[in-house]
Amino acid sequence: MTSPNDTSASIQATGAAGVDAASQSKQRRLAWRSTLQAIGMLPVLIILGVVFELMSGRFMSFQNLSIVMQQASINTVLAAGMTFVILTGGIDLSVGSILAAAAMVAILGSLIPEWGMLGIPAALLAGLGFGLLNGALIAFAKLPPFIVTLGSLTAVRGVARLLGGDTTQFNPQLPFAFIGNGTLFGLPWLVWIAFAVVIISWFILRRTVLGVHIYAVGGNPDAARLTGIKVWAVLLFVYAFSGLTAGLGGVMSAARLFAANGLQLGQSYELDAIAAVILGGTSFVGGIGSIWGTLIGALIIAILSNGLILVGVSDIWQFIIKGLVIIGAVALDRYRLKGSART
Amino acid sequence: MTGSTPILEMKDISKTFPGVKALTNVTLTVYPGEIHALMGENGAGKSTLMKILSGAYQADPGGEIRIMGQHITIDGPLAARQHGISIIYQELSLAPNLTVAENMLLGREHKSGPMVDRRSMEKACQDVLGRLGVHFRATTKVSELSMAERQLVEIARALIANSRILVMDEPTTSLSSRETEAMFALVRQLKAEGLAIIYISHRMAEIYELADRVSVLRDGSYVGTLAGDEISAERLVQMMVGRDLSSFYKKEHDAHQSRGPVMFAVRNMGDGVRVHDCSFDLHEGEVLGIAGLVGAGRTELARLIYGADPRTSGEVFLQGKHLLIHRPEDAINSGVVYLTEDRKHLGLFLDLTVRENVNVSVLGRDARVGGVLNLRSAKKRAAAAIKALAIRVAGDGVLVGSLSGGNQQKVLLSRLLETKPKVLILDEPTRGVDIGAKSEIYRLIDELAKRSVGIIVISSELPEVVGICDRVLVMREGRIEGEVGGAGHPPVTQENIISIATGVREAAE
Repeated sequence: MTSPNDTSASIQATGAAGVDAASQSKQRRLAWRSTLQAIGMLPVLIILGVVFELMSGRFMSFQNLSIVMQQASINTVLAAGMTFVILTGGIDLSVGSILAAAAMVAILGSLIPEWGMLGIPAALLAGLGFGLLNGALIAFAKLPPFIVTLGSLTAVRGVARLLGGDTTQFNPQLPFAFIGNGTLFGLPWLVWIAFAVVIISWFILRRTVLGVHIYAVGGNPDAARLTGIKVWAVLLFVYAFSGLTAGLGGVMSAARLFAANGLQLGQSYELDAIAAVILGGTSFVGGIGSIWGTLIGALIIAILSNGLILVGVSDIWQFIIKGLVIIGAVALDRYRLKGSART
Repeated sequence: MTGSTPILEMKDISKTFPGVKALTNVTLTVYPGEIHALMGENGAGKSTLMKILSGAYQADPGGEIRIMGQHITIDGPLAARQHGISIIYQELSLAPNLTVAENMLLGREHKSGPMVDRRSMEKACQDVLGRLGVHFRATTKVSELSMAERQLVEIARALIANSRILVMDEPTTSLSSRETEAMFALVRQLKAEGLAIIYISHRMAEIYELADRVSVLRDGSYVGTLAGDEISAERLVQMMVGRDLSSFYKKEHDAHQSRGPVMFAVRNMGDGVRVHDCSFDLHEGEVLGIAGLVGAGRTELARLIYGADPRTSGEVFLQGKHLLIHRPEDAINSGVVYLTEDRKHLGLFLDLTVRENVNVSVLGRDARVGGVLNLRSAKKRAAAAIKALAIRVAGDGVLVGSLSGGNQQKVLLSRLLETKPKVLILDEPTRGVDIGAKSEIYRLIDELAKRSVGIIVISSELPEVVGICDRVLVMREGRIEGEVGGAGHPPVTQENIISIATGVREAAE
């Protein structure tokens, strides 16, 4: 662009040697730091696995690991959507309620004679619709995400109960029951779906323009606007996506249970999803994080539940231990990153 | 002065970060009642040295720090405070939601029993504020104060902690000329009271006016100290960059001989509050300055043109075509781009890489079908930008947050240039940028003007405005009050600009 003449050449020469060495070591340090961030909680995951194997002797069997992944699948799907939202610095508290409403729609749809498969798209659309509603209130009315989704947490729960007439809806002849109970190449369908959602999320976040814009909006919303990024579109997308994944979660739940209950289904699922995202190292203020971290976070939560049952810990203690592990793991992570993040 | 004991001696201070030596045997001696300027390019080690003094970093073993001749160890911010060292950072560290008194005594609240004794706090603070001669009260909320007033709160906080050594890091960056004058008077008063002041600044004029002595760092080493009459711009620049800097302001494009036709016109621009009825023309290949005191409405005018803020009146024409700009993306799409004055908060994505920051405006243009990133073109653009603007960085995968100010600014500039702008609005393009990067940015502006880009430069540094602009509009209280440099107008000089900006000229006529 410029034709560097003698003066600029000598300007560069003055500090070139020192600066290059400095920035190279800085980059090495940053690379190390990002590796640490990427690995994140993987050591915790492995340690938990080893500990449960030693204590129960049954943990590491293929059958049990398959069960763990199946148990992690719905939370993984919800947490994938939650990752998008938290990357923009937001929060979506309504996913558990949306899951319940979508599951109800899936069951009711499946009862349509001959056209029972319509339950799936209907549930996905319902989830997407609620997500868009959240997104519109946040992007256009500029209401705080916490307030908006806290409101829809309650309101959508009401919708779920309303849809089912406040009773549990059954469909023993569920046409898409294979999703919840069948396997493909030896692994449950639920696991394949969760993995597909993670891959799609990774692709959007890392390989598309939209992904860069999501990180940009989360890292610096003012700069994003001045750069010409359509911040409203990014916000609308992440909440819609979170709604869609909650809708998918609803289909998965319904397929597994052959039933949906507006009152109980999906209660406090949002908290597990948020815990998975945070365990995965995604920053609560936005702009930093990865979907792989979220996957590991969701697996840790599932392994904890599964392992504690195998070991025979009572339900009450499971709650206490799970909570403490989440806090402890994140504290460990912070401590470790702080040590390496001297710049 | 040399007869008295130095209040602060830093000897053989070195600091090694993993893989890089930031400071090598640096020496600094400061006497009480002295204003001691510390100069050096960004990355020369000034901040590291001051962070060691404030306890944020620990120096490598081998060096020593003496206060009033006594050997001391500074192992943390608390120790620094106990030894009477206070630092006022560029980015102020006040809590805007608290009052002045609460900020001044943060962590040292007066108590009566278990309760906070607000009355005693407010009285103690009011005394100090009175000594500084300020107009706001100790009970005022910091969010209601201007930047200049907030800086005074920082100083008052240092005084109430009985500091003897005050480090000021670019204290005038966000101040208007008048506020700067007041700040200088205050600094001199503190000096007269016997405080030692370490003054970090890039502005030569401030050094002339204030400093008793100047120490210069370069590449982490101590170069030397000048005192009194020895202080001259040539010597200092030579010491800072290791050579003399001829033709600092570069202006090869000649907008008077070969001025192109009017390419960009703004008419009756206003927001009803801080900008009123501003109209001007910009010619092809012209560098048009917008000068004025801080608060005159320069940044606000630029943001209105760019569509960043809502306007109540005004139209923009580019090459005769009426532009409908409601949002920044409209402006960018029509070829009008804006470089923000606040690159950290409004410009860069510090957690993203150099590559992503350079490309973020053109990602959509380069993308493959379905919005999939085109990594190859992004890499190519980043590599070209790093080369063209001589950005000093190990690779395009480095996070922008880890770069020095000058290099960050170049990254932001490259982002704008990737959109192939026709009109470039640069708001304080060299703020917080070292002298080497400054001259490179001037060269870039000159180069773009030669290629008939229309350039608007908003700057508070008058030598810069006079050095690089062909014509200068002067704003005062939200209006364009006058013009220098155009046909039928007075020539571009600092005096002419100041007299319009302050209203002196108008009063005289």
